[in-house]
Amino acid sequence: MELLNLARQTILTPYGIQDGDIEKIMNRLLSSPVDAADIYFQSSHSESWVMEGGIIKEGSHSIEQGAGVRAVSGEKTGFAYSDRIELSVLLEAANNVKAIVRQGQDAHVGLVQAANRQQFYPVANPLKSLADQEKIDLLRKVESETRQLDPRIEEVIVSLSGGHESILVANQDGSLAADIRPLVRMNVTVIVVENGKREQGSMGGGGRSDYRYFVEQDRGLAYGKEAVRQALVNLDAEEAPAGNMTVVLGSGWPGILLHEAIGHGLEGDFNRKGTSAFSGRVGERVASDLCTVVDDGTLPGRRGSLSIDDEGTPTEQTVLIENGILKGYMQDKLNARLMGVKPTGNGRRESYASLPMPRMTNTYMLPGSHNPEDIIKSVKKGLYAKNFAGGQVDITSGKFVFSASEAYLIENGKITRAVKGATLIGNGPDVLTKVSMVGNDLELDSGVGTCGKDGQSVPVGVGQPTLKIDGLTVGGTSV
Amino acid sequence: MQNQQEINRLKSIVQSLLDEAKQQGATAAEAGLSQENGLSVSARLGEVETIEHHCDQGLGITVYFGQRKGSASTSDLSPASIKETVSAACSIARYTSEDSYAGLPEKALLATEFPDLDLNHPWDIGVDGAIALAIECEDAARQYHEEITNSEGATVNTHQGIHVMGNSLGFLQGYISTRHSLSCSVLAQRDDSMQRDYWYSVSRNALNLESAADIGTKAAERALRRLAGRTLSTRQCPVLYSAEVASGLLASFIGAISGGSLYRKSSFLLDALGSQVFPEFMHIYEQPHLLAALGSAAYDGEGVATKTRDLVSGGVLQSYVLSSYSARKLGLQSTGNAGGVRNLTVTPGALDFTDLLRQMDTGLLVTELMGQGVNMVTGDYSRGAAGFWVERGEIQYPVEEITIAGNLKDIYKNLLAVGNDVDYRGNIRTGSILVEQMSIAGE
Repeated sequence: MELLNLARQTILTPYGIQDGDIEKIMNRLLSSPVDAADIYFQSSHSESWVMEGGIIKEGSHSIEQGAGVRAVSGEKTGFAYSDRIELSVLLEAANNVKAIVRQGQDAHVGLVQAANRQQFYPVANPLKSLADQEKIDLLRKVESETRQLDPRIEEVIVSLSGGHESILVANQDGSLAADIRPLVRMNVTVIVVENGKREQGSMGGGGRSDYRYFVEQDRGLAYGKEAVRQALVNLDAEEAPAGNMTVVLGSGWPGILLHEAIGHGLEGDFNRKGTSAFSGRVGERVASDLCTVVDDGTLPGRRGSLSIDDEGTPTEQTVLIENGILKGYMQDKLNARLMGVKPTGNGRRESYASLPMPRMTNTYMLPGSHNPEDIIKSVKKGLYAKNFAGGQVDITSGKFVFSASEAYLIENGKITRAVKGATLIGNGPDVLTKVSMVGNDLELDSGVGTCGKDGQSVPVGVGQPTLKIDGLTVGGTSV
Repeated sequence: MQNQQEINRLKSIVQSLLDEAKQQGATAAEAGLSQENGLSVSARLGEVETIEHHCDQGLGITVYFGQRKGSASTSDLSPASIKETVSAACSIARYTSEDSYAGLPEKALLATEFPDLDLNHPWDIGVDGAIALAIECEDAARQYHEEITNSEGATVNTHQGIHVMGNSLGFLQGYISTRHSLSCSVLAQRDDSMQRDYWYSVSRNALNLESAADIGTKAAERALRRLAGRTLSTRQCPVLYSAEVASGLLASFIGAISGGSLYRKSSFLLDALGSQVFPEFMHIYEQPHLLAALGSAAYDGEGVATKTRDLVSGGVLQSYVLSSYSARKLGLQSTGNAGGVRNLTVTPGALDFTDLLRQMDTGLLVTELMGQGVNMVTGDYSRGAAGFWVERGEIQYPVEEITIAGNLKDIYKNLLAVGNDVDYRGNIRTGSILVEQMSIAGE
């Protein structure tokens, strides 16, 4: 299997680690009666370039590599890691983590290759997809063309970053699985000024692809155009309304609603522990029957996609909510075992230095039947929120927020004035029950999402069609 | 003794990085190396849940070829990797542009005195000791009340790190510091209402941590008092930020007067130097040399000496927060703030928390904020909030699912009081802050 060999050559060969050494470490872990154990090797190279003030201002390169060793017994986990990929260091780590279980036993396991897995992205190193000079030329082109779009533009900041990560994970059943993951991202931020008033706009995108993605279809320049458009809209924005009202959410990135309002609450760890507002509610109605929501790690080239998760489990399309009924949770191996269900390929970790947890991949709502224009027409008075910044959720109380960065008033079925960004707040288990119209315009975000949980960041995707929610609290200043 | 040897070993690695950079043609260079070891143990429902052994290291280098700059970092400290990392940084500097503001700090600004700031207090607690302490803490919370029905557990963290930095001007320094914490998070439940809250203590010295019983008890009290929260109708009213969330108002202020926001003109406090930003009673200053404090350091991220200095006095903005680069962009001198402010302190007022509630009389006490709804260019502020409704100076009931909004320029100008109930757990030290009026959105 070529992928496995590539990963071996990248991570293990430079340090003289053989499959037999991995077996030794695994057998050390299994000399205590553990329920599960894994060894995770990782090597990643990343870079970033920033153009600002008309010059190529910053460039940086980073190498991160190491291995993490984990043993699990019941609900107990022992974990150690090292940035030194050396047999003696990893054997010592294995000794430390198996102490989670007190008594010893004998075990032996031999490594076998995990079954071939379909790849959802290319293995080639995206950092090498363009020569350094071509990366610089791309930044300059996007910057200068963006700058010319409008005389009110005062500053343009363009950044380009990429990463190439190889992982190898050995499990207690002896299976050895590998993945090689590219990830690229470009972002354009502009500051505009008119009559002394300043505003900012920002747009970016990317995915598990290479830098040519930003050249194709002039995507880089399209980010610039969109950033300028948003900044100019906000120059004219009036005070946002305050209070509970009908809210129409645009398609694409506003799907962050699903990520915050229900996604986190449906992660297996919270539900096993009974700390989520959705705990014990499988089979119950948690959304209007117009809503079907999935988490899907198998979308080719998407920022949140993975061929296998960080525990070696193949990713899948997991149905979370089907026609309004809660179907299941997103699981890693530990929580799946303790809840007596199958892992769903959602076991993710930021790096070898962090423990895996159930995390989202690409979370989105399937399209409905309404034309987006008809959805706007149906609203007498409300808010149309087209673009968003970040969000946050308290999974226990269910309360979530997400902040609009571009919004408009809807008056008598028409989009009228632009209003300033405002935070929207709601209750996760309720909000989707108030969805009264779902558009036929499903769109996934452009590839900018990063999700934080317990201090660990991982790339994710979101998406949705245009949605109408009959009542959400909008946090403006105009009462 | 052993510590000094280890610092010296890391210093020699940093020196070899700087030498290698020179070898490869760099005209100037700056390098840093850190190494951290730690233990994190958590217990849940009376049993150990995770034991994590931490061991992190990393080095980074920035090289200059005249006015062009390149950076690289790695977690591998082998000689081969060091050479490769320096090469990567040098290679990047071939493509970056001439930037007349780039470069090392002026030599005269580099720190020359290195007082012992009392930052190193290893905690020899061991895995078994940490398990016992975490269980004791969680037990205190779970036994506090029958409505404490579930738990996210209690966690003991202990870390020791060595940080060394040097540059080609001859600066080469390092220090060891420790950081320990104990935290607890529990759930309270009554009928359909389920709430979670937490409490934590953090210190350079484990002897200064709050007791496990106190932390557990506070976590339980905080979760219980949130039960059966209601929303509010949309209105304008005074808002009291409790000390643990008031620091966020100051963090936005620091963001707005930081060099990076100013030279990009992406701050709502452009050209505010010398003007009245806060009411006259406000005094905000930095104390980088406080003994054993969490934000203390003798020099900043570039080796520039840190100083105790006023940022705001009489409510007037006295100084910006600058690194060498942002200072040059603004035609000013570095304020020793590469990497941020250190032990930012708001001089406490005369009132305690209860007095502040009385002064507010009727309004919203905010104890939790959600989301990042702050526009740093305009100062527009809109965040999710939870807390308590207050009437006649007394807490009436918990509130949730509301937002609070305003503009930070107005919020700062209209502060009514700062309490003496200072929260010392972070790099920003402030008491509770009373704001005259904000917009509340709810049902």
